[in-house]
Amino acid sequence: MGMDESGMITIYVMGKKHRVPADLTIMKAMEYAGHQFRRGAGCRGGFCGACSTIYRKKGSYKLQGALACQKMVEDEMYIAQIPFSPAEKKTYNVDELKADANTFLEYYPEIARCLCCNTCTKACPQDIKVMDYVQAALRGDIQEAAKLSFDCLSCGLCAVRCPAEIVPYNIGQLARRLYSKYVMGPTEHVLKRASEVEEGRFDDEISGLKSLDKAELQKLYEARDMKV
Amino acid sequence: MSGYPEYMQESLRLVEKTRPERIGKAFPFMKTEEKQKILKDWHPDFKEGTKRMLKIGPSKGQLMPNEVVDILESHPLIGPGDIDLSDIAYDVDVLIIGAGGAGMSAALLAQESGLDIDRILMVQKLRLGDANSKMSQGGIQAADGVDDSPTRHYLDIMGGGRFTNNPDLVEILVKDGPNVIKWHESLGVMYDKNPDGAMKVESGGGTSRKRMHSCKDYTGLEITRVLLDEFLNREIPYLEFTPVAELITDEMGQVAGAVLWDMDSDEYLVARAKSTVLATGGFGRLHIQGYATTNHYGSTADGVVLAYHVGASLRDLDSTQFHPTGAAFPEQIVGQLCTEALRGRGSQPVNKHGELFVHPLETRDVESSAYIRECYERDNGIVTPTGMRGVWLDTPLIDIIHGPGTAEREFSAMNRMFGKFNIDIRKEPMLVFPTLHYQNGGVEINTRCESNIPGLFAAGEVCGGIHGKNRLMGNSQLDLYVFGRRVGVFTAERAKKARVGKLTLNHIDRYERWLAEAGIKTDRRAPLLLPEYRGKKTLEHQLKLL
Repeated sequence: MGMDESGMITIYVMGKKHRVPADLTIMKAMEYAGHQFRRGAGCRGGFCGACSTIYRKKGSYKLQGALACQKMVEDEMYIAQIPFSPAEKKTYNVDELKADANTFLEYYPEIARCLCCNTCTKACPQDIKVMDYVQAALRGDIQEAAKLSFDCLSCGLCAVRCPAEIVPYNIGQLARRLYSKYVMGPTEHVLKRASEVEEGRFDDEISGLKSLDKAELQKLYEARDMKV
Repeated sequence: MSGYPEYMQESLRLVEKTRPERIGKAFPFMKTEEKQKILKDWHPDFKEGTKRMLKIGPSKGQLMPNEVVDILESHPLIGPGDIDLSDIAYDVDVLIIGAGGAGMSAALLAQESGLDIDRILMVQKLRLGDANSKMSQGGIQAADGVDDSPTRHYLDIMGGGRFTNNPDLVEILVKDGPNVIKWHESLGVMYDKNPDGAMKVESGGGTSRKRMHSCKDYTGLEITRVLLDEFLNREIPYLEFTPVAELITDEMGQVAGAVLWDMDSDEYLVARAKSTVLATGGFGRLHIQGYATTNHYGSTADGVVLAYHVGASLRDLDSTQFHPTGAAFPEQIVGQLCTEALRGRGSQPVNKHGELFVHPLETRDVESSAYIRECYERDNGIVTPTGMRGVWLDTPLIDIIHGPGTAEREFSAMNRMFGKFNIDIRKEPMLVFPTLHYQNGGVEINTRCESNIPGLFAAGEVCGGIHGKNRLMGNSQLDLYVFGRRVGVFTAERAKKARVGKLTLNHIDRYERWLAEAGIKTDRRAPLLLPEYRGKKTLEHQLKLL
């Protein structure tokens, strides 16, 4: 087919053919073609993972994953959305967890089935080293698992592709909470300030500001020292 | 290889040429009179012909953007006779509408305050967590630094809001800031820290101290996914893809629940509740004045409409926040957010001649106005292939100032967004222009998050008063959790004594009367629930057969 003079190309949405402008994202192309999203659209900016999509180019064996709001349409692209992955999230009390490998094995024992095939990493639209963080969790390296998984949007594409039926994004979520809570721990000056507030340390100062009229307050505002 | 077209290269060379002399250069902050003038001359809020007076209801006479008045002067989606109110599908103490940062916090605190999980119901128009809360990039403010104080935070907010804020709400916001960060850490939110374990903090526009806490440039994502994980752990009941079509009142004039609408089956469901919480977010998808927006697909101001139908007072909706740095190129990402933290870390706004023309950290209203003036009065903008104008945001300064690798480490979302279009923001600047970002005003609340209608609470972007006519960066992310948590506590408290009377939809009749009395004849209906982006041809040929 190819692009015509007016810049239109052909895409197939769930197999149905549409001519759409070539300079659109998959999401905008589907809207152009007449879809109004109820599922499969979220932040529209690559921050939420609501628009997980798989596609295959004509003549190619490769099945690829993308976020519909981020990926541009290409000529002869077959598109299907997977806005939900039927993954099981285990429930736990975060205050009672231990920051070690056994926690992952206890809640998500299937991670021991990881084949190191790297399919998850290839499926990730954020280019996260998914397999590496699953492996890090498996050996109890919580910091590595937390940091490597940090940019995850829980779009679910890794989970639907994993041959070992692991749900990597749940592993990443658990790793990050463990890392923050137990490895990094609370921040001293935050705790200190929170208790100072609770003791009423700033009440008089703020009441003082509240009692000023606008002109007086404005004067103070303009005269405040800036450390930027 | 440059990601920009050939004709922009000369301007890019000028940006590079002036870069060494701009490093560390302090452009003076504007004085009050200068600020007032630039706002009046160039801020979209002051553009003539873009607003009109609301003709109906308790906030009649308030000036609001035409797009907001349009949805308030619309017919409700349902008529009183459409619904069998005796068929109650859910009967709870607290109904929370919206599952972003404020709604999640409300649910967690309502449960912690002693409500059985079965007495709580969260309903969400799209998926759990689908909200602007998740899209926040640069940070959250809290005055926990040794050289900082909540008092100082208070002053920054009041000045930033042009002294139009509700002081009582601001006091609560600044005093609870450190406590919210403490709460987040106890749940396992991964804040950025310095090697010594202290919080890594930065400046935002209008902040007099570095108090912006961050989780890389995915701050909202990190915080809200932890809250969501915790929400799921506690097994609090929820419904996804189930927006509210209309609130329900009772014969005592209280709000007593909502008519839910199942987006899959199109059926309605009646939820009766002692307290109803609007945590529905803002109005970016109304595209005020035709602006592109940073906002989530669901940001259609549903909460403001629902609240107004039952007679809740509104405030400050005349002011809209335009974020200074929305992407202006390439076309595919126009209007998307380029975090203010880029400027916090040293990036400068620069015109087509490579000149710095405003302090990078003025408050957002002033900063945006300066970019618009640079493009449209001084003609110093860069014109894109689609005819839009923008100014450069000189991001390569970040690595020059803070060392190689900084931009890649701290701004992975930004690198990703521009990298897809072959723009390496470590080496080339971004092209930016103000974008529609935040609903400054909204439903009026008191310190208990109550509206003027008994039983109706609100928290988050749907509210007005906290930020006045202009919000500072990082304060909406904070207000979600401060007021979301409070609303959870106060609704749990109300559950002990409140009694719900006979359910009615009489307020719909009253609203129709208001419309008729004001002579408003329209086929508009609201809340909108979803924005309309379908192709023109589709809409012109629409035929509903099933």
